[in-house]
Amino acid sequence: MRSRLLANAPLRLWLGLGLLVLIVAVGMLLPWLAPGDPLHWYGVPRNLPASPAHLLGTTNLGQDIFWLLTWALQNSLMLGVVTGFFSTLIGVFAGLSAGYLGGAIDRVLSFFMDAFVCVPSLPVLILLAALFGGQLSLPVIGATLIVFNWPYPARQVRAVALSMRERQFVAVAWFSGESRVRILVRHIFPYIAGWSMANFINTVLVAIAAETSLAVIGLSSAQRATLGTMIYWALKYQALLAKRYLWVGAPVTAVVVLFVGLFLLSSGIAMRSAARRSGA
Amino acid sequence: MKLVGTIASRLLVWILVIVFGLTTIFFVPRFAPNDPVEAMLAKVASGGSYMTPSEVDALRASLTDAFGLHGSLLSQYWRFIRRVALTGDFGPSLAMYPTPVSSLISHALPWTFGLLMTSTLLAWLLGNLVGMLAGWRPDRTLSRVLEGVAIVIYPIPYYILALVLSILFSYVWHIFPLTTSVQGTPWTWAFVESVVWNSTLPAASIVVVVFGWWVISSKAQTTVLAEEEFVRYARLKGLSDSRILWRYILPNALLPQITFLALQIGLMFNGAIIMEILFGYPGLGQLIYTAILQGDYNLLMGTISLSVIAVATATLIVDLLYPLFDPRIRHG
Repeated sequence: MRSRLLANAPLRLWLGLGLLVLIVAVGMLLPWLAPGDPLHWYGVPRNLPASPAHLLGTTNLGQDIFWLLTWALQNSLMLGVVTGFFSTLIGVFAGLSAGYLGGAIDRVLSFFMDAFVCVPSLPVLILLAALFGGQLSLPVIGATLIVFNWPYPARQVRAVALSMRERQFVAVAWFSGESRVRILVRHIFPYIAGWSMANFINTVLVAIAAETSLAVIGLSSAQRATLGTMIYWALKYQALLAKRYLWVGAPVTAVVVLFVGLFLLSSGIAMRSAARRSGA
Repeated sequence: MKLVGTIASRLLVWILVIVFGLTTIFFVPRFAPNDPVEAMLAKVASGGSYMTPSEVDALRASLTDAFGLHGSLLSQYWRFIRRVALTGDFGPSLAMYPTPVSSLISHALPWTFGLLMTSTLLAWLLGNLVGMLAGWRPDRTLSRVLEGVAIVIYPIPYYILALVLSILFSYVWHIFPLTTSVQGTPWTWAFVESVVWNSTLPAASIVVVVFGWWVISSKAQTTVLAEEEFVRYARLKGLSDSRILWRYILPNALLPQITFLALQIGLMFNGAIIMEILFGYPGLGQLIYTAILQGDYNLLMGTISLSVIAVATATLIVDLLYPLFDPRIRHG
């Protein structure tokens, strides 16, 4: 069993990493090279097919699809990474406290973890969007997603911390006079670092997916390009009926590549840390 | 007696989760930086209808009432919970006045449930079966290909797949309808045919994506189980492969999958909302969307509260079904 996991993990990891490097290069480096603001309407001729001057053609609104895509990717990636980072940070902290300290703290935290997991986040985001006058800015979406996504890493970390508490080396550390904080940081955290990484990447995926779904139905920020808003504008201007598939196809392909890459990477890391843990 | 305890504590969790969800929904409008009543008024005004000042005042008063914004916070909260959880009364729809919100919802719910339940069950059964067979013979090329395909499909959101399917089968090849339009009166053959026809693409998007997930997890389960001692014992006893697979591995592999199913319902519901909007499918998601576009606050609160209750209840039902499949809990 272990050998197969180890044999599988690197392939997934490398594939995922490869796809992500591609996406990050397009989304983080290329936007700097864009000639002007690609969101600007009628900056270039409308409805051009793909050509060397406009790699993916132009939209009905006179935007260059390729440069628009790079900006959209950048915004989507930033939202995902910031949300993922804070969700994981809060989740690991809450999970460690609950699992290691136990008692009343554990019961209260566990209740919130279980309750948040059961509340479907999209309807709440939609409600918020309606109250903000039909559109949410990216920071508000990010903050709401953090509120709904910290329980996933927290639950997992709590489970690991619970099992760790009974391990001998933790008892040894405790009896040799190490403080609780030091035990948490030095002895328990290394075990959950791999899981946290996998969780972080998974939350990036979930956050981007949530923003994209809000945007596809027109509830995300109209002032910023994201993968979802690109799809929204394309659908709104009947790109499909006009058979202008590049306009929809470009963000859809980017979403697929990004999500498959993120999933391969996170499951690859999770598998490797599972193999490590059972070997340890 | 242990079973009764399990069910009772699960029911308690169900109530707590619903109350928690409704509390969240209650407080969300109060965190909004702008006055929700004014935002709704602006929305109605931008819809193009002209109103005299006295009409605006009347609407403002009725919205304040709908938001439950009079009285102390505690009494507002209590009124909201009582209205939603005990009577299920969300008042009249503001856009389709005076149709009650509850009747709009009861028309939409069967569509969402029908779509989600059929596709979930189909994906669950197919995915677990295929995953089990792939996990039983993990070294076959077919198993590896299947897992590879599943891994690539699973992370794709439903609505993205829905877009791709609709581009292929509605725009490029005109096989399925672009948006949902059901013909015929209920429960004639033409009606059923039309429903199935219109639901094929939305259902297929859910089935394909969720199928990917069940293949991955069921294959992992089976691979682990196949190396367990009781399976080796069965093999040494000379039992046939099919008997081992169906009697020894299947029941054990399915149990965790039922728990997973309970955890997935909320996520699947999220996906279904977007897909209904994309396909113009007349379910709860479409109703939520209409509510936003028309600034129909009563309808919005009703549909969203109901989403929370529906997801919690569906999860509860799956959890309660669990003892039926696990004799250890039933007889323990």
